[in-house]
Amino acid sequence: MISFKVNNELKSVDVDGNTPLLWVIRDVLDLKGTKFGCGKAACGACTLHVDGEAVRSCSYPVKNAEGKEITTIEGLGGEAELHPVQLAWKEHIVPQCGYCQPGFMMATAAMLNKIPQPTDEDINNNIINVCRCGTYYRMRKAIHRAAEIGAENVNIKMEDNGKG
Amino acid sequence: MAKDKKKGLKRRKFLKYSGAGLALMLGGTWLARNPIRRNIFKSGEVTIGPYIGDTSPLLWLEISPKNDIFLHSSKVEMGQGTFTGLAQLVAEELEVALDKIKVVHAQTKSGNMDGFATGGSMSIPTLWKPLREMAAIMREMMRTKAAEKLGVKATSLNLNQGVFSANGKSMTFGEAVDGVSEWDIPDAPALKPRSEFKVIGKALPRIDLHDKVIGAPIFGMDASYPDMLYASVVRPQLVDAQMSNFDISEAEKMPGVVKVVAENDLVAVVAKSQTEADNARQKIKYDYTTNRDWNLSDVVETIKVGNGAKTVIQKEGKAVDDLDGELISMEFRSPIGAHAQMEPNGAVANFHDGQVDIKVSTQVPKFTRNAVAKALGISKSKVNIIPTYLGGGFGRRLHTPNAIQAARLSRAVGKPVKSFLDRQQEFQNDTFRPPSHHVMKAKISDSGEILGVEHHLAGGDTLFNYPILPSIANAAIRADIGSIRGGSIMYDGLPNYRAIYYHSDLPFATSFWRSLGLLANTFAIESFIDELALKTKQNPVELRLKNLTSEDPHKIRISNVIKSAAEKSGYTDEVRDGRAMGFAASIDAGTPCAQVVEVSIVDEEIKVHKVTAVMDCGIAVNPDQVRAQVEGCICMGISASLYEQMNLKNNKLFPIIYGPYQMALMRDAPKEIDVHLIEGADFAGPVGEPPLGPIGAAIGNAVRRLTGKRLTELPMALS
Repeated sequence: MISFKVNNELKSVDVDGNTPLLWVIRDVLDLKGTKFGCGKAACGACTLHVDGEAVRSCSYPVKNAEGKEITTIEGLGGEAELHPVQLAWKEHIVPQCGYCQPGFMMATAAMLNKIPQPTDEDINNNIINVCRCGTYYRMRKAIHRAAEIGAENVNIKMEDNGKG
Repeated sequence: MAKDKKKGLKRRKFLKYSGAGLALMLGGTWLARNPIRRNIFKSGEVTIGPYIGDTSPLLWLEISPKNDIFLHSSKVEMGQGTFTGLAQLVAEELEVALDKIKVVHAQTKSGNMDGFATGGSMSIPTLWKPLREMAAIMREMMRTKAAEKLGVKATSLNLNQGVFSANGKSMTFGEAVDGVSEWDIPDAPALKPRSEFKVIGKALPRIDLHDKVIGAPIFGMDASYPDMLYASVVRPQLVDAQMSNFDISEAEKMPGVVKVVAENDLVAVVAKSQTEADNARQKIKYDYTTNRDWNLSDVVETIKVGNGAKTVIQKEGKAVDDLDGELISMEFRSPIGAHAQMEPNGAVANFHDGQVDIKVSTQVPKFTRNAVAKALGISKSKVNIIPTYLGGGFGRRLHTPNAIQAARLSRAVGKPVKSFLDRQQEFQNDTFRPPSHHVMKAKISDSGEILGVEHHLAGGDTLFNYPILPSIANAAIRADIGSIRGGSIMYDGLPNYRAIYYHSDLPFATSFWRSLGLLANTFAIESFIDELALKTKQNPVELRLKNLTSEDPHKIRISNVIKSAAEKSGYTDEVRDGRAMGFAASIDAGTPCAQVVEVSIVDEEIKVHKVTAVMDCGIAVNPDQVRAQVEGCICMGISASLYEQMNLKNNKLFPIIYGPYQMALMRDAPKEIDVHLIEGADFAGPVGEPPLGPIGAAIGNAVRRLTGKRLTELPMALS
């Protein structure tokens, strides 16, 4: 048995420890938002977070996830509200076919945790997933917008704390 | 008035829009006459065909007593925004807001099947009128029922947001349809004029936006059935080769394996998980016999102007060889292109009780149904194709073997089976964009007048051997009408111009790749036109406009996008601050597009900073999604023009993975894409492919101004 948290829920799975985390997430835990693209960590469609870090789950053995906290696109936002990245994605109407988009959103959210206000250069260096529909132009705008929304949320929280 | 049972299968056919269309058009022996054949090629540049399929409103539209409005679409959603556009057409005539329409893929058992495919940028154009008529007919049928139920005259009823009202009484759509089992289908009423559109023409968010932002399980690869098993199929890694002597003994012993199926043309592992199936498949041993050795140089040698069957696709005036003047000639090439769509191909099949249900992302639900029925030896009525959202289409999902394999494997193990290609299999078993070779020729007079231009092109199959075309068509048209897309000379002011196509066979499958021949043909023609402008010391925009002189409405629309693109971009021939502009234009399926790129050389690589695009697709049903298609085509076109190419060595196609198959990433996409739409026609024209035309040539033309060097091969590289 391998145990870890997925989107804040404790899960235990009985699988070969070398099974890629992607297939455990998709086929055992039935969370289909994380996609298979290449199986070789070359496209980023399977990106999710392990302890807050962006990980390409198609090439991450599930045994390495023991005791860790995993977040998938399904758990990126809160119960009732979307994550700033998702809000920005909607505002800029980014997705076309949509298949690669969860991976891009997860990669973006992880980047914004480390670099809250990324430059274009930061985006070029950190967001290296593949989108065949070519939504990069809107995605770049959405990433900057997500950073803005993130900053607004931080300010609101600080104000709330001040009042309290 | 025709009687029609709502749930019955006997439905009135609206013959005006159905029928065999292309097949009928190609049927006659008159095709043997060359000028008429050339007219067909010409019409391919500018004509929108009919919708091929049933257009009964009761097949397409379902209104529930709970007031839900379902649009059962025979066209599939692969990112192009068609679901949103179709819903806007329906909402317009039903007088409801867009969010009231729920669009679902029509299952083939419903009878609503597209007789062609989702492709060719033809979904909105072919349904532009029929779908609005279906919605208008549905509206009037409901009005009649509401009037009966309310005891008022139908003509007295007002309709607002899905509610009929008169004399203080009101009734919703849901109440109007409740309990009705037979409908009188009237003739189509007059459609709303453009001036009264409220939903069409609005840049509303695409209807699948939320699902795609939360990661909803909407794709073929997300589909499942209870108790489902996973398959991994052995597929050839070599071209022009046969596999034999399969040894499955080791694979059978691998953990999780339920069955190893080994039939003549299907060897596969079925296991309890994808990983176990893939691991076991690696243990299957077999031998290869190749018919001959194939390397990329053999492909280049095969696809060459002068080789194979020759067809004149355009002929105005004299041949360039017969003109007096200075000969200018250049050669261009494009490589084998992979689709590289993000969702691999595959299907989830559930064979039970002599019938099969198949969930699959496909561009051809009807052909898939027919092919599965034939392969399994069961009647078509026993096969139900349940289309899902597509994780990219681009022409990669026009083929049916994956659904057949999943169905056969499900039958073999008696359980639902999911069977998908892995990425290596995708790259090695793709239906590639065929490589091309182009020879451009012109003669120029002493005074610098262009006397004539010729485009000679060679390519592989795209449409040939594709099931939508009757076999007679191959013999009748002779030229592959996909490869020649965009291959004609659009400058009809030239005194002499021709386009000639040479067809050869390749040892691997080639097919549709978004826009077919348009990207490569436009790269050759528009690069050459630019070279002629430089040679004759003319402004490239003025040279183009000067040679678009006829009063043909399409030529006027081409002129307009060219003028507008020059103006909006501030096009100049000068290099400023290390940046040069490149100009190119094309017309595809009646939609002209012009693009101006701004390019510099960064670290010895071509960098596209900005693209200005002007397109005239007629009425933009959803201007935001039309823009999205232009932006997407530009990024995909940059990718194909600067990075992508498949290689072939000792019968092995490679690369087999993203990265080595280099594609445009975020860092390569232009930071500025400025799209302008001209609505120069009173119909909704093609959108999804026409913007792929100019981008390659535009980049090459900018690089020529920056470096003095004419790049003639895709992908373009400076060294």
